[in-house]
Amino acid sequence: MGVLLLAEVNNGELALDATAKAVTAAKLIGDVTVLCAGERAAVAGDAAAKIDGVAKVLVAEDASLGHRLAETTAALIVSLADQFDHIVAPATTDAKNVMPRVAALLDVMIISDASGVVDAKTFERPIYAGNAVQTVKTADPKVVMTIRTTGFDAAADGNDAPVETISAAQDPGLSSWVEDTLAQSDRPELTSAGVVVSGGRGVGSEDDFKMIEALADKLGAAVGASRAAVDSGYAPNDWQVGQTGKVVAPELYIAVGISGAIQHLAGMKDSKIIVAINKDEEAPIFQVADFGLVADLFDAVPELTGKL
Amino acid sequence: MKVLVPVKRVIDYNVKVRVKADQSGVDLANVKMSMNPFDEIAVEQAIRLKEAGTADEVVVVSIGVKQSQETLRTAMAMGADRALLVVAADNVETDIEPLAVAKILAKVVEEEQPGIVLCGKQAIDNDMNATGQMLSALLGWSQGTFASELELKDDAAIVSREVDGGLQTIKVSLPSVITVDLRLNEPRYASLPNIMKAKKKPLEEKTAADYGIDPTPRLEVLSTAEPAERAAGIIVGSVDELVSKLKEAGAV
Ligand SMILES: Cc1cc2nc3c(=O)[nH]c(=O)nc-3n(C[C@H](O)[C@H](O)[C@H](O)COP(=O)(O)OP(=O)(O)OC[C@H]3O[C@@H](n4cnc5c(N)ncnc54)[C@H](O)[C@@H]3O)c2cc1C
Ligand SMILES: Nc1ncnc2c1ncn2[C@@H]1O[C@H](COP(=O)(O)O)[C@@H](O)[C@H]1O
Repeated sequence: MGVLLLAEVNNGELALDATAKAVTAAKLIGDVTVLCAGERAAVAGDAAAKIDGVAKVLVAEDASLGHRLAETTAALIVSLADQFDHIVAPATTDAKNVMPRVAALLDVMIISDASGVVDAKTFERPIYAGNAVQTVKTADPKVVMTIRTTGFDAAADGNDAPVETISAAQDPGLSSWVEDTLAQSDRPELTSAGVVVSGGRGVGSEDDFKMIEALADKLGAAVGASRAAVDSGYAPNDWQVGQTGKVVAPELYIAVGISGAIQHLAGMKDSKIIVAINKDEEAPIFQVADFGLVADLFDAVPELTGKL
Repeated sequence: MKVLVPVKRVIDYNVKVRVKADQSGVDLANVKMSMNPFDEIAVEQAIRLKEAGTADEVVVVSIGVKQSQETLRTAMAMGADRALLVVAADNVETDIEPLAVAKILAKVVEEEQPGIVLCGKQAIDNDMNATGQMLSALLGWSQGTFASELELKDDAAIVSREVDGGLQTIKVSLPSVITVDLRLNEPRYASLPNIMKAKKKPLEEKTAADYGIDPTPRLEVLSTAEPAERAAGIIVGSVDELVSKLKEAGAV
């Protein structure tokens, strides 16, 4: 039996980067069948079929699967579970909503945020905001797991896997979608961007955050934020990087006016090159920075944007 | 309506966690323990529901070692009415897995019949983010995870959820399990008189065996290691130097 991988499908489109990285991890375990579920999912299914290493794609389209409500998506996955030893998904908020529900329905533990695959039953995962890495071996007959995608390169494309259409499970009718307030942006997506520029409380206001955005745009980067910046209303919640926000590992991460609390480091310390700009030379962020600049951000950031 | 709030005793979020030299776990000796920060938010929300007249009783429950009594007393000092401790381990190093916690909670729900369960989104020790979803599954209830706004209306709840793309609003039928995110509210501090009063509030004690649940973990922890360290970096003297270093490194 192989691996069932729940693809990340948003509004009918495949989130290619997250899905392709999860495929790389899943391939280490066995043959990968990708499930694309949604009100519309056929286009996503065709895109998933092109990912190298995918053996088969299942497409389930139904109004009840729109918006990835946990109850309906979990019911669908459970209806397929007999055919697979492993059920996995990239560790997005959607998957974290759905996969523990699947695990409980199958009476198995969930392995959350696996960052490494040792063998088909043994995995690594960060705990305590990444302050420790556990290696766990499951005794369960089936493995249900979310995969922290920053640890894996995206599988290439060039494949042409067969696509099969399947039907949704019965809608338990427990919840319904009301609305989305989703940020529209031309910038790259935070978790897959090559460069991320993040601002913290030190930036001081929503208006001044534009300075962070200008630097990001100069670099073709995504914009991130600390929790303090989000809580203060300088930045929207989906920009939060950290233990309870997004986990990123870009080629270049620039932290501006961020002190470097452990909960923030949890979301960015695997970045390739880290730059920190902070006026306090004692700020813990400098302990993880490759290049630290002790300076007032209101001088340094415009100057940096100008000189790049 | 009764609100049930599961609260977990964890290492305080300010403590620098240390991995034991023999990789058998993290050092819990003499470290400050506190209520999981997300659970404080859940307790706060439950108390607000009571203050608003929507809820009539707030019951807190913790599963783990005896010492979790402290955590429950803190919740009662904030304003919870009574507490239940389910002892499922005697060694403070034992972490009860979300599946076992959810199974015990499902039994507690059967007994208590709450209209809503408010969990934290994630315990900051094991970072599982799973218990609420698992409980909801076991009960066959709806779930509203990562809530940053919550409004109760008749037999449903409107939940605004923090998701990767921004915010999603859903309507869940009650009873429901809601897991709360950091921006739902700002938890209150317990006042000294309330801390004193909490000592007299009822705290019932049971065991996992009383509920017929075996809390043996499904995941065997083979090792707990330090994460890879980053090589030490340098402090640059100016923006110009930063730019040239970044160019040298091929980062820009
Ligand atoms: C359960 C829990 C989960 C959490 N999850 C997250 C998470 O996911 N992500 C996250 O980021 N945090 C998280 N936090 C919060 C975290 O603990 C910190 O409070 C937060 O990261 C601090 O944000 P900050 O660095 O922007 O603010 P501060 O710590 O206030 O730092 C501001 C920095 O800006 C600098 N500064 C100020 N003015 C200037 C200037 N003019 N020029 C240059 N530098 C300046 C200061 O020197 C300071 O270092 C969490 C906390 C808890 C309890
Ligand atoms: N041992 C426990 N006792 C009480 N509540 C718990 C326990 N473990 C987890 N929870 C609840 O479940 C939430 C999520 O925890 P977790 O799934 O472990 O990340 C926590 O915020 C608590 O509300």
